[in-house]
Amino acid sequence: MSTAKSNSGDFLLAVEGLTVSFDGFKAVDDLSFYLDPKEIRVIIGPNGAGKTTVLDLICGKTKATSGSIKFAGKELTKLKEHQIVHSGVGRKFQTPSVFEDLTVFENLEVSYPQGHSVIGALAFKRDAAVIEAVEGVAKTIFLTEALNEPAALLSHGQKQWLEIGMLLIQKPDLLMLDEPVAGMSVAERKKTAELLRVITKDHTVLVIEHDMQFVGDIADRVTVMHQGKVLSEGSIEHVKSDPKVIEVYLGH
Amino acid sequence: MKHSSLMKWFVSREGLYYLALAFLLVVLLPLALDPFRLNMVGKYLTYAFVAIGLVMCWGKAGILSLGQGVFFGLGGYSMAMFLKLEASTPEATAIQSTPGIPDFMDWNQLTELPWFWEPFHSFSFTLLAVIGVPVLLAFVIGIAMFTRRVGGVYFAIITQAIAAVLTILIIGQQGYTGGVNGITDLQTLMGWDIRTDEARNILYFICVGMLFLCLFVARLVQNRKLGRILVAMNAQEMRVRFSGYDVAAFKIFVFCLAAAFAGIGGALFTLLVGFMSPSFIGIVASIEMVIFCALGGRLSILGAVYGALLVNAAKSGFSESFPELWPFAMGALFIGVVLAFPDGLAGLYKSYVMPLENKVFKRNKRKTVPVVTRQAAEKADDYSPMMDTYSPEKS
Repeated sequence: MSTAKSNSGDFLLAVEGLTVSFDGFKAVDDLSFYLDPKEIRVIIGPNGAGKTTVLDLICGKTKATSGSIKFAGKELTKLKEHQIVHSGVGRKFQTPSVFEDLTVFENLEVSYPQGHSVIGALAFKRDAAVIEAVEGVAKTIFLTEALNEPAALLSHGQKQWLEIGMLLIQKPDLLMLDEPVAGMSVAERKKTAELLRVITKDHTVLVIEHDMQFVGDIADRVTVMHQGKVLSEGSIEHVKSDPKVIEVYLGH
Repeated sequence: MKHSSLMKWFVSREGLYYLALAFLLVVLLPLALDPFRLNMVGKYLTYAFVAIGLVMCWGKAGILSLGQGVFFGLGGYSMAMFLKLEASTPEATAIQSTPGIPDFMDWNQLTELPWFWEPFHSFSFTLLAVIGVPVLLAFVIGIAMFTRRVGGVYFAIITQAIAAVLTILIIGQQGYTGGVNGITDLQTLMGWDIRTDEARNILYFICVGMLFLCLFVARLVQNRKLGRILVAMNAQEMRVRFSGYDVAAFKIFVFCLAAAFAGIGGALFTLLVGFMSPSFIGIVASIEMVIFCALGGRLSILGAVYGALLVNAAKSGFSESFPELWPFAMGALFIGVVLAFPDGLAGLYKSYVMPLENKVFKRNKRKTVPVVTRQAAEKADDYSPMMDTYSPEKS
């Protein structure tokens, strides 16, 4: 289902004129796009198009040279990473980054949105609400059986799910996933697509993905990036038939 | 029922380790050693404070400081300044050209007490300064470094430079600090002569008491969520940041905690040894402190105590017979530890002794599979990476 683009200003995320330049090289160049609440947007594009950099800019890992990122009416470009997280933006990295020394339970618990200050972390107690939240998320990400296992023992796909779970437990409004199915088996891909379907009932999701089959499965709308700019935007069918996209990305 | 017994087992097993250490320090060593040797053990223990701090800071959170001697020294000098002022009464220093100021100031033609010495007339201020001054400096360094995301090797080099700066400063400002000789000839603490065997024995036990207090605090921190975040930060700093934590604040906290422990250790060192000098706080001393921690096992606070005891005992033994060989032995020890057993004594204990222990405890150990969260919840209270978690290959 494609969501109609509106100009009323009630976007969840509004990126406007975003530019970042690394020593003169513009990795992202005057980029603008808008996300509606509860939308699943997929960003595709050839290597070096600046897809990951866009996520880095939104979550604060990279500071923008110019432009604005408004999230639920709040300007993000001036905030620190943890403040952006607290505003409701969750980011999953391309390679699974979970805490391998901790168990699955502890991984989720550390991500639970409470006790984020030093004092808070010292006073934090594992109460019923925490356990309930952890169990709930573990069920969603198919890891109920693995709660007591160290994260290091999980398979690659399970680590990806765990990291998604670590975002979910933060209850973000916007989830950003960088290649969530990279390196997964076919069965894991199917399960991940199913997982994303569940997630998008309550979240807006911004995904970077190469697998066009998977993109077609999940996307409401697709943004194609090329050399730091938006090349094309619209439904998967629209994008697939766009000659410019075929030229630079999909091939003939 | 089953859970409470399981928990008891956890507590008692970990408790046993602490009891064993307490037995060694409180009963065995005092009975076995003469007052002189016991005083030496007390001196070694003051380094254990630093080593515990390094476990938290370096082992857990991955922040290697090669300047812990600075904080040890600040604590030690704070105490030494108080004791020196007490020893420098106008009556005792009547032969000086300016009576009532420390002797070295008089030798350096100072005619009045510098302003920063004044507050050290007060014992309560001194106790505050023993912890407060190191923590304040650690806080300032922490703000300057960690909010700018300076870490790893760069941080280590900067802390080492700070150790060098402080020693040069102390040696250069002889009139204010006692210079290379340090602050010597300390006699009484609030009128109590600290040079007698009896006083040194009492100070030894105070030192042991403080050590257990610091162990308790360190254990509290490591068992709370705070401790898990420190470990997590070490391996996946980015993920911690994007889980909503201000990483710099946690680094500053743990660095200040390590500084506080070191300051307490330094103050006790001054009391037990009877003087303080720049040679205990410089680059070499600071690196030795890292070795105590590494040998004991940089993930184990108890291991750090044994590391400090053993390396210092070896140092004394060696230095008595072959003084010129010690630096080489120390270097070899460090290389050996890093190459052969990177998790130190605690790591060796875990791989070789714990399996034997497990056999002994086997009858109590039950296989608990299903009640996942309850068990995990109990585990949280006893969480100790050294004891009961899987430790994968560190990358």
